[in-house]
Amino acid sequence: MAAGTPAIHTVELSKRFGKTVALAGLSMTVPRGEVFGFLGPNGAGKTTSVKLLLGLIAPSSGEAWVLGRPVGDLGTRRRIGYLPELFRYQHWLTAHEVLTVHCELAPLPRSSWKDEVTSALETVGLTDRANDRVGTYSKGMQQRLGLAVALLGEPDLVFLDEPTSALDPVGRHDVREIIRGLAARGTAVFLNSHLLSEVEQVCDRVAVVDHGRVIASGTMDQLLTGTVVRVRVSGLTPASRGTLATFGQIDEEGDQLTFTNLNADRVPDLVAAIVAMGGRVHEVVPRHQTLEDRFLQLLEEEES
Amino acid sequence: MPPVMVIARLTVQEASRRRLLLALVILTLIVVGFSAWGFNKITTIRRADGSLPSAEEVKVVTSQLLIAVTFMYSGVLALSAAVVAGPLISSEVESGLMLSMLARPIRRSEVVIGKWLGLGVLVAIYAAGSALLELAAVDWATGYVPPHPIQLILYVGSEGLVLLSLGLLLSTRLSGITGGVIALVAWLMAWIAGIVGNIGTGLQNQAVENVGTISHLLLPSDGLWRGAIYAMEPDAILTTLRTGGTFARASPFSAVDPPPVPYLAWVVVWFGLMLALSVWSFRTREI
Repeated sequence: MAAGTPAIHTVELSKRFGKTVALAGLSMTVPRGEVFGFLGPNGAGKTTSVKLLLGLIAPSSGEAWVLGRPVGDLGTRRRIGYLPELFRYQHWLTAHEVLTVHCELAPLPRSSWKDEVTSALETVGLTDRANDRVGTYSKGMQQRLGLAVALLGEPDLVFLDEPTSALDPVGRHDVREIIRGLAARGTAVFLNSHLLSEVEQVCDRVAVVDHGRVIASGTMDQLLTGTVVRVRVSGLTPASRGTLATFGQIDEEGDQLTFTNLNADRVPDLVAAIVAMGGRVHEVVPRHQTLEDRFLQLLEEEES
Repeated sequence: MPPVMVIARLTVQEASRRRLLLALVILTLIVVGFSAWGFNKITTIRRADGSLPSAEEVKVVTSQLLIAVTFMYSGVLALSAAVVAGPLISSEVESGLMLSMLARPIRRSEVVIGKWLGLGVLVAIYAAGSALLELAAVDWATGYVPPHPIQLILYVGSEGLVLLSLGLLLSTRLSGITGGVIALVAWLMAWIAGIVGNIGTGLQNQAVENVGTISHLLLPSDGLWRGAIYAMEPDAILTTLRTGGTFARASPFSAVDPPPVPYLAWVVVWFGLMLALSVWSFRTREI
């Protein structure tokens, strides 16, 4: 199997459930060793994409390769880790037993099970509760266990579907550290998350998906090129506010106008235009665009 | 250990950890204890004139009572198999547990066969264990041992496997409750259809008789139950039934002949078909 092939490559991958189109022609490439953020609103097709890439559901059309092999290849699954969004493990087993079962199913050499399980438990901070039944775990602990399951066997590719949905801030920090650790050892990470600040902190590259197709993708630098400018004004009529749209997309909230994609060089022109229309400028705050700004901007553009 | 055996082991482990096995063992011991006391009363009960029943009378009464007790056991086994098999796959799909399992290099056929094997082992252990205990208790209480005890265990155990197979097939598509209820209703309908078929035999009406034949082919639980009955009937009962003509065959608690070999071969094929159908159904299901 060629090591030079991408971790994931899809061509016009689509999925329909009856009349509902869950995924409409997904084409993307995730290089090996990268942390790839997959973003989108609820129902955009993120989890469907992960299930397709794992071979849990069959595509309606299109093609996809994971680690150089067609999706669903049994041999490839040995080198994949997966934390589902709906994380659930045998609650009648202990965490140690759950991990051992996954070592068996992976399958990893029996001689490595002890070290693998010990290491995975330590990484996710469950060593002290290793011999407690999963049924006694909190949701956050069960999600940590799911992460430990995904880490077994030093996989080449790990799918994390909303990996911090049940975690507290400390747990989220731990997950970010784990993702950085995976990237450091060359594991590609496919991260589905609603927490955009989290994605921004750990991902090398992101794709934004909406209505089942990618509407933007690239590295963080490629995506976050604009400046967000927040201006506090008074004395502007609704009509004159409307004319400011020539400076870019505006979010209005009381006396605050936020320009979501404005070049910093045009800030003086903006202030001059407001004053010329009889407005008074109380505050101008320019800042770099965040992933959340860009995400919302992309979705609004898509809607319009 | 191959994946199919890991899944089978997990199925047995789950039943054990959830205390299903413990509950069945305790209930079985209670039933065996009470029935041993009851069977013992047959030998000491007196007629109005103060005389004790003869050895032959004890044998006949015990054989009939044993058929009734075994019917209860087979009912418990069928009910347990249907209720446990109903959610065997569906509950793990609904809860999300199956997601992380199927992301491993494991075929869906291995999941289905592993679960069938795991639950099948439990059904076989329960059928053999409870039957041996009950037969030992009856032997101790009355000195009666049915003519074909091994066949009896095999027929009752196979009846449990029939319900397990049906429940598992339904579990690949339907929720646990729905699958369990359908399996139970199917079991009862097959039993009633078997009785209808027997009435057809009694009346020598081919169309009515066919109802039983078709039901025995579609769901062989009643056909196997008839085999279990035959295995428990002493010669005296069989002779009476045979001299009674076709009408003697109309009872739901009697059997004049054992299930024919071609029918038993069909039952083996039926198990294979059910497993194949379950594998196909689960393989084409989107998780």
